[in-house]
Formats: sequence, structure tokens, C-alpha cells
Amino acid sequence: MKEYGVFDVIGPIMIGPSSSHTAGAARLGLTARKIAGEEIKEVVFYLHGSFAKTYSGHGTDKALVAGVLGLEPDDERIKNSFQLAQEKGLLYSFREKDLGEVHPNTVLIAMETASGQRWEVTGSSLGGGKVRIISINDLEVEFSGEYTTLITFHQDRPGIIADISAVLAKYKINVAFMRVFRLNRSANAVLIAETDEDISNAVLTEIEKNAYIYLAKVLRPF
Amino acid sequence: MQIRNGEDLISLCREKKLPIHQLMLEYECFKSGKEPAAVYEEMRSHLLVMKKSVYQGLNEKLTLKGKIIGGEAKKLQRRSQNAKPVCGYTMSRAISFALSVTEVNAAMGRIVAAPTAGSCGVLPGVLFGLAETFELQEDRQVEGLFTAGAVGLVIAKNASLSGAAGGCQAEIGSASAMAAAAVVEIMNGSPEQALHAGAIAIKNLLGLVCDPVAGLVEVPCSKRNVVGTANALTAAEMALAGIESAIPFDEVVTAMYQVGCALPPTLRETSEGGLAVTPTGRRLKKEILG
Ligand code: SF4
Repeated sequence: MKEYGVFDVIGPIMIGPSSSHTAGAARLGLTARKIAGEEIKEVVFYLHGSFAKTYSGHGTDKALVAGVLGLEPDDERIKNSFQLAQEKGLLYSFREKDLGEVHPNTVLIAMETASGQRWEVTGSSLGGGKVRIISINDLEVEFSGEYTTLITFHQDRPGIIADISAVLAKYKINVAFMRVFRLNRSANAVLIAETDEDISNAVLTEIEKNAYIYLAKVLRPF
Repeated sequence: MQIRNGEDLISLCREKKLPIHQLMLEYECFKSGKEPAAVYEEMRSHLLVMKKSVYQGLNEKLTLKGKIIGGEAKKLQRRSQNAKPVCGYTMSRAISFALSVTEVNAAMGRIVAAPTAGSCGVLPGVLFGLAETFELQEDRQVEGLFTAGAVGLVIAKNASLSGAAGGCQAEIGSASAMAAAAVVEIMNGSPEQALHAGAIAIKNLLGLVCDPVAGLVEVPCSKRNVVGTANALTAAEMALAGIESAIPFDEVVTAMYQVGCALPPTLRETSEGGLAVTPTGRRLKKEILG
């Protein structure tokens, strides 16, 4: 947990009305979009708990759509995001769904990208505009998006983590947190590394050279 | 450098012979590793967002509407133009600014959570109300934000800033304390006086429950920003006159924490108690959320 700074108290700059239901939702939408990594063609939001009950009152719906469109959480166009979605040809819909034992402000964002990839990202809005991503596709993960975040999808084999760490160390990128998540033995795994320094595309390419890594992505804080 | 509570804040200010706002700037640089100029500039950008939100709701050509509230700031402004305000000009301006910001927030406009979105009107209301009367330079307002930030930080560490955890005293009460301390430093009061103002402000809103109608950040939130603003100005006025809080700041914050814990969940942002469950509160909820 980060120590409180002055901008946790005077801030964030955000679009109202609610830090948990609007700003957090915008952040979740944008994080999901960044994970998918390209334009989204169609998205279904599965809303859980308090999100399901109050989403239209707080503009949670508009904020989620805005995020998936790529708007930052303090973009004044958030309130017109439905219209923007129509202009850009993004299809969106909302469904209520019980997502189980999760934070009351949780949403599962199911996306289909322009190139036809499917992504499912689940995240919770924790209050104060802070969020936590709790799953990507079928894999449980955990990160906030406040740091530069490296995500690798790889085959769970010995040495992979050491390889990734070595590349990061070589470029003097300090890892604040690193965790590995996997579905079961011999299956897909995800590594999440939150770093203090930026991870450039060159570094990313070097990480991706490992044959057992299918995909590596960097999410930059916004 | 460690700021755990108000006492730390005061002793560091004494030791370094600095006002709270300067100490806070140093502290932020120390924590974040950023340069003072960059931190200052970031705070300034927050002030500029506040500035825009303060005037947006007073613009006769704009209509800001939430689900329930909207247009109230302009009513206040019109009255202050046509009649002598009963609460004086500074106060009248400050509260119309506070309302304006809450209306911007409700209408999905851009605001600065200070410390939360629900209480976003207090600090800008106070800072810009004061700025008009005293023709303050922007620098002084930015400094005020650092003072306010320091007080908010101490409250966050020892109590809470969220209505869900601590009731509305944690949001409007904290915002009011932050703003009161800011006013004291802007008016050249001492760090001790700033914390007395903060303590007085919290004491006067202690126990305030969080009971938003239909779960929306509108009723009673918007008008509570007005009371937070007025309370900040009166607390600062007292502190600047040399009036002290009989209960020290840190003890007041602890009391607020304990009161927050003692509040039933129905009065902590669940909209299951207080104004939210009045007949009109329920009716509004039904009309809005179906
Ligand atoms: S009533 Fe609750 S939601 Fe409204 S301002 Fe107070 S703490 Fe925030």
C-alpha cells in the first residue's frame, strides 16, 4: 500500500458525481481497454452489487463506456460517451450479474476488439477513484494500475520469472510488486509486475523474445 | 520526515520554522521524489480545475443539472446582486461557489475531490470566496491547498475521509477542517492556530451522518458543502482571533474516528437511514432509479 500523499487528499481531478461509481468506473473501463490493447467493437458490462443497483444514477454506465472508448477519467466528454460510442460504432450493453464473493462495486467487462480478439476483464472500484483488477480472462490477478504494470501471459515453466526479472534488471527497472497467477499446473500463467520506472517498447520486445511467453503488455499509469 | 498526527505537524513546523503549507510541500517532495516546482505546479493545476468549477455553476448561459439538484448557485448569486446578503458578502460568495462546484459534480462535470467528490465544494468555495474579498494572489491559494492537504492527510491516517467508513463528518467535516486551516495560513495565522481552526471545524460537525437520497451525491450533500464552507470560515475567524479549541486537534480526530465506528451502517452511505428513508427521500429514489 502506498503511503498517503497530498494528492490523495486534494484530488483526484475527476468527472463527477462519485469517486467510486463514476471516477473508479471510468478508470476500470480504460484499464480494460488498455489490456485489450486496441479499439473495441463490442462490449458487454456485467454489473455486480452496488454497481448493478445504482449504475444509471451515478453515470457509472457512461463512465464505463467512456473508459472503453479510451477517454481518461477526467475527460469532460464522459457525460456524452453514449453518443461518442455511437459515432465510433462501439456497441455496448449492460447486464446485472452476481459475480460472487467480490467487492460490491465490481464489473466484468467482456470486449471484442476490432481484430476479433475477445477479452474479459473484471475489476472493482474501491473508493476514492482507486480500482483493482481482479481477473483477466479466466485468470485471477491483482493489480491497481497506479504503477507501470507489466503483464505477461506465458506457459508455466521454470525460469520464466527469472528471465523476465533479468531483462527488467538489465534496464534498471525497479520492481515494486511482482506476482504470478495460474489456472492450474501446466496451464497458462500470468505474471504481473508493477514497476517504479517506465517499461519501454524496446524492453517489452526483449521480454517477448522468450518462446514461452505468448503475450506481454505494458499498462502505463494514467 | 514523519507526519503521523497534528502534533508531528506542529513540532516539525516549529523545528524548521515553516508554515504548514511549506512543510507539506517538502514532505510531498520527500515522499514522491519529485522536485518542488513540479509538485507545486501539480497543485496549481488542481487549483485551476477548482477555479473553473467555481464559476461554471454561476454562468447564466449554462444549465447544470443533476438528477435532483441544479441551478441553486445562481439563485444565491442573483440574490447577492439584488439584496444585501444576511451572512455578509464573503460568506455569500463562498457558499455560492461551493454550490456551483457541487452542481458541476452532479452534472458530470470536472471537479477536484477534496477530499472526496461529495465534499468537493467546500475548499474551492472557501478559497475563492476569500480570494475575491482579499484580492488574493494565486500563490496564496495554492499554498492554502497544501495546508488543507496536510490536515486531510493527518485525518486520513488517524480517522477516515469516506462517508462509507465514517459518515458525513468524515467528508464534509474533514473538508471543512482542511479549509479552515487553509484560511488561517492564508491570513498569516500560525500553524497552531490553523490546527485549532481545524479542530473547531470538526467538532462542530461531529456526528454528521451520511444519508444520500437515492444513493446520489446530491441531497443532502450539496447543501452540506455550504455548511462546511460557512463552518470553515467561522472556525478560521475564531482561531485567528486567538480562540483555541479546548480539545486538541489530534483528540478531536480520534473522537471523530470513534464516532464514525459507532455509527450504524444505515447511516454510512448505504442510503438505508436518515434523509434517504424519509417519505420524500424514498419517493425521489423511486422516481430516479425506478
Ligand atoms: S451525505 Fe454522504 S455522500 Fe453526501 S457528502 Fe456527506 S458523506 Fe458524502
